[in-house]
Amino acid sequence: MEAKDDNISAMCKPAVGEAGKTGDWRDATPVIDRAKCIASVKNRAACYLCWLYCPEGIVTAGIPVEIDLTYCKGCGICAEECPAKAITMVMHEEGGK
Amino acid sequence: MSGNVQIMTGNSAAAYGAKLCKVQVISAYPITPSTSVTETIANWVERGELKAEYVRVESEHSVMTVCVAASTVGARVFTSTSSHGLLYMHEQLHWAAGSRLPIVLCCVNRGVGAPWSIFNDQQDSIAQRDTGWIQIYCRDNQEIIDSVIQAYRIAEEVYCPVMVCYDGFVLSHTMMPVEIPDQEKVCDFLPPYKPHTILDPEDPRNINPVIFPWQRRDAEGVLRDGYMDMRFKLQHALEQSHDVIVRTCRDYAGLFGRDHGGMLWGYRTDDAEVLIAGMGSIATEATMAADLLREAGIRAGVVGIRVYRPFPREEVRDAFRNAPAVVVFEKNISYGYEGALCADIKAALYGTGIAAPIHNFIAGLGGRDVKASELAEAVRASLAAIAGGKRELQTWLNCVTE
Repeated sequence: MEAKDDNISAMCKPAVGEAGKTGDWRDATPVIDRAKCIASVKNRAACYLCWLYCPEGIVTAGIPVEIDLTYCKGCGICAEECPAKAITMVMHEEGGK
Repeated sequence: MSGNVQIMTGNSAAAYGAKLCKVQVISAYPITPSTSVTETIANWVERGELKAEYVRVESEHSVMTVCVAASTVGARVFTSTSSHGLLYMHEQLHWAAGSRLPIVLCCVNRGVGAPWSIFNDQQDSIAQRDTGWIQIYCRDNQEIIDSVIQAYRIAEEVYCPVMVCYDGFVLSHTMMPVEIPDQEKVCDFLPPYKPHTILDPEDPRNINPVIFPWQRRDAEGVLRDGYMDMRFKLQHALEQSHDVIVRTCRDYAGLFGRDHGGMLWGYRTDDAEVLIAGMGSIATEATMAADLLREAGIRAGVVGIRVYRPFPREEVRDAFRNAPAVVVFEKNISYGYEGALCADIKAALYGTGIAAPIHNFIAGLGGRDVKASELAEAVRASLAAIAGGKRELQTWLNCVTE
């Protein structure tokens, strides 16, 4: 028998994946065009508005910019905010991923 | 009585009870008839006689959110309210119970609108029956001060909030002799409050996040309860609190010499041919009605329900086991059915073979006066109806019903 939850009120600790693999929720995937992304084009730390606006904190502000698709819910805020229009939300096909 | 006896109102008694428990945070919003409870405490805080934070807010909903927050971080918390103020707290009452916080609230019972009434009945607290709070109903001012002190010990042992209910004006604004317990003895009786969860910046956590219908493994791999498992824990805690309430009442009696009966109390019940049941001051009134009936040759007794949640299932069965007839008077109505207490008493007796006829009188709503002689007359009428074969009766006392 597995140990029981000994908490008498609900709680959780801040941790990666505490809310589960939220990438499952996604029905559109952000795809970055490196030829347009300002950080990649300039080859230095720049812009990173996608990283700033991502509500899930799953964008890595590097060169190139990376999005962790295990947790990305596909909200599209990064694509909306990108001044270079470097991010496209690719819709999933019906029933597929 | 001995020691420090003063003549005081029920609201003063409640305030003294909170002071003796050295409450650390009080939040309140004024509403008749509860206002003078927290007004009295505010005076003590301002004068430095009670070392506590008094938090003024714009509504009762905010009152209970302040209580929840303060109790979560380990403060002993007190508030009081009445009627619409309690109803306005409703959502946060659920929140306090679900968070398992040992908040003590004095509900000074008052009718609810519409139409407006500032006068007494118990509709306000009965309407909060299913919020997960323990409910104690007091019959006099001494029981108020004693019950507030007991309430903290019960609440902090079982991690459930406690509502100490007493009738507006009938007790809240009526002066009676009250013995104020000795401060040192109260400190011995009531150990310091230890919160079930310690909040620490070194070990951060989110309390009451969204919880799913199913159990779920957290990021550390521990299987955490789903919503329903958490709710079962609350129900289990309320059921378990029964024994704690009884033991606390007994310990209190041992230390302070006053036993308020635990879950319920009886008056001249042993040989009774009819038992009158009620909660709060109407049960006190019923003891005088029982005396009047006995003077007239009818062997009446009284069963006062002191704790309404958890409901004293077993005690009710024992109390009514040999009663040939039961008459329930109560200051609330579950609209479309009957009085809430009567329904619960009947439910407790189901399947036990106890088959006493049970009559139900809704009485004293919105402060309508109920005299002992009127209770006695109602019991007499009930007994006549029972003799005529009428096993069930549901009616309103002193009210135009035709």
